[in-house]
Amino acid sequence: MFDIFLDDAPALVVVLPLLISAIIAFMPSKIWPWIISIITLLLHLFLSLHLLKEISVSGLIIYEFGNWEPPWGISFKIDGVNIGLQLLFSIFVLVSTFYSRKIFLNEIDYRDSGKAYSLWLLAVGSLNGIILTNDIFNLFVFLEISALASISLIALGAGQNRKALLAAFNYLIIGAIGATFYVIGVGFAYAMTGTLNMNDLVIQLAQYSDGQLAIFAGMSFMLIGLMVKAAIFPVHIWLPPAYSYAPSAVSTLLAALATKTILYFFVRLLYEVFIIYPSYLSLFLDFVLYPLSLLAIFIGTVIAIYQDDIKKLLAFSSIAQIGYITLAFSLKDHSGVASGFVHIFNHALIKGGLFMAVGYFAILYKDRVTLNSLKGFGYKYPITSFALLICGLSLIGLPLTNGFISKLYLFQALYTNQMYFSIALVAVSSALAVVYFWKIVEQMWFSEIKFKSEKEDAYIYLPIWIVTISIIVFGIYSTPIIEFSNLSADYLISGYQN
Amino acid sequence: MVGGLFIIITSQNYLKKVVGLAIFQTAVFVFFVSLAKVLDGTAPILTKMANAYSNPLPHVLILTAIVVGVATSALGLALVLQIYKNYETIEEKEIESLELKSDK
Repeated sequence: MFDIFLDDAPALVVVLPLLISAIIAFMPSKIWPWIISIITLLLHLFLSLHLLKEISVSGLIIYEFGNWEPPWGISFKIDGVNIGLQLLFSIFVLVSTFYSRKIFLNEIDYRDSGKAYSLWLLAVGSLNGIILTNDIFNLFVFLEISALASISLIALGAGQNRKALLAAFNYLIIGAIGATFYVIGVGFAYAMTGTLNMNDLVIQLAQYSDGQLAIFAGMSFMLIGLMVKAAIFPVHIWLPPAYSYAPSAVSTLLAALATKTILYFFVRLLYEVFIIYPSYLSLFLDFVLYPLSLLAIFIGTVIAIYQDDIKKLLAFSSIAQIGYITLAFSLKDHSGVASGFVHIFNHALIKGGLFMAVGYFAILYKDRVTLNSLKGFGYKYPITSFALLICGLSLIGLPLTNGFISKLYLFQALYTNQMYFSIALVAVSSALAVVYFWKIVEQMWFSEIKFKSEKEDAYIYLPIWIVTISIIVFGIYSTPIIEFSNLSADYLISGYQN
Repeated sequence: MVGGLFIIITSQNYLKKVVGLAIFQTAVFVFFVSLAKVLDGTAPILTKMANAYSNPLPHVLILTAIVVGVATSALGLALVLQIYKNYETIEEKEIESLELKSDK
């Protein structure tokens, strides 16, 4: 009986959350929207696992909507590149939804809970669409749905701090400019090739092998638009306020997954489509993405050191971490792309765990968490604090955590490309990460004030520990992440070497 | 297009920024529609009189983009309204000075 549904699994992983989101929007109940969301996301995980099974057999699924053949119809494509991300996405969304209930109860009006989960599922469905879509205009639609849903979720933070409204408004304006730039790019590409399907685009672009100004202009517009959305360094300014004033559960979801999915599409566009012009690609990677990544790593880390507000500190460290990912992607070879994907996986877990722990502290402290307010929390709330410690050590890149695996692969990739300057810079910035993280540890464990430990809420620390344990497990047994990343790189890079 | 972008960057009023964004997006929509025109083409309806048709696909795309644009403007205006309720002004400079005061 399930077989009919399973055939449509690629569409259902996107459509199911979107559909349920409409149903729960006006539920007045406190708990039912959450229960329905959890059930939906369990189904979502089941469908993702089914897709993994299918992929391990066939290696490629192209799902055509309404049986319109590409290039005419919209299609979803699942292959080695995105299956790993799809699985991570599915699992992490489930964990963070589980975590979100108590947080939402504390941070927003309970009557809004239905609307909050409706927006939540909207964001989940559309972000998943970004992972799967094979159509450049369809991507724009998903990009905007996810942006509007996350803007509304950020604005829900206004109950705590009215600055959330300003953050959301800035995100709206900057995000919309980015998306519109992307559409201009799509327009140029369509005018030259008459297709929107990514696979067909490659074939059609091949006829302009010497390159045309209109195509380069279009490509540049698309890349800049996506850079705004992925918060790559100079156009990242919307991100820190948005992450830090959003309700904590929302920051968890956005920090862990939103920019990652867009980064994934960014690299896919670069290595799958724009590969057709190697000279343009290497120009962009060497003279735009590479220096910007280095600047992002350095400046993001330095600004993070001077932050007093913990959520802001984490947001600026996200800028630096996105810099690591784009640095890896700018290397143009297998090891670089693979290490970029490794860091996408690992950083999603690390930042997710950190934001979860800090979000819980914010509720316990009943105010924004600043460095000062953390005094003695290590003794007061030992369970959550210990999870925070492990996530933080992983962010720095200590052995036995998955952050170490990321750094190791990044160093290897940089070393094979003989980029000694970036190796030094990455090492320095890791050392600086110790500085800002140590400030937190110092306040939590080494301040004068000592507290007796208090009871912590199992509904909240359980998901935090699930993430923390996965950080340790993937730090010791990293094979799954490495395999998925190598698979992604295999698919993307094979085009480049031909 | 540049006009809309100029308004977004230079104006201090949040409402004007939303309007600037709408102009910016509309300009891009017009660009798309102008792509679709085929010389001597008619509307894409199958008749014996026509031998060239304009491309209908950009129109369809823009229909989608217009919906997205409307949603963006609506959300922007809703946020401006909420900002006004919370700050009693929608001028960027005044809000900045208010925030500076509250931080002290």
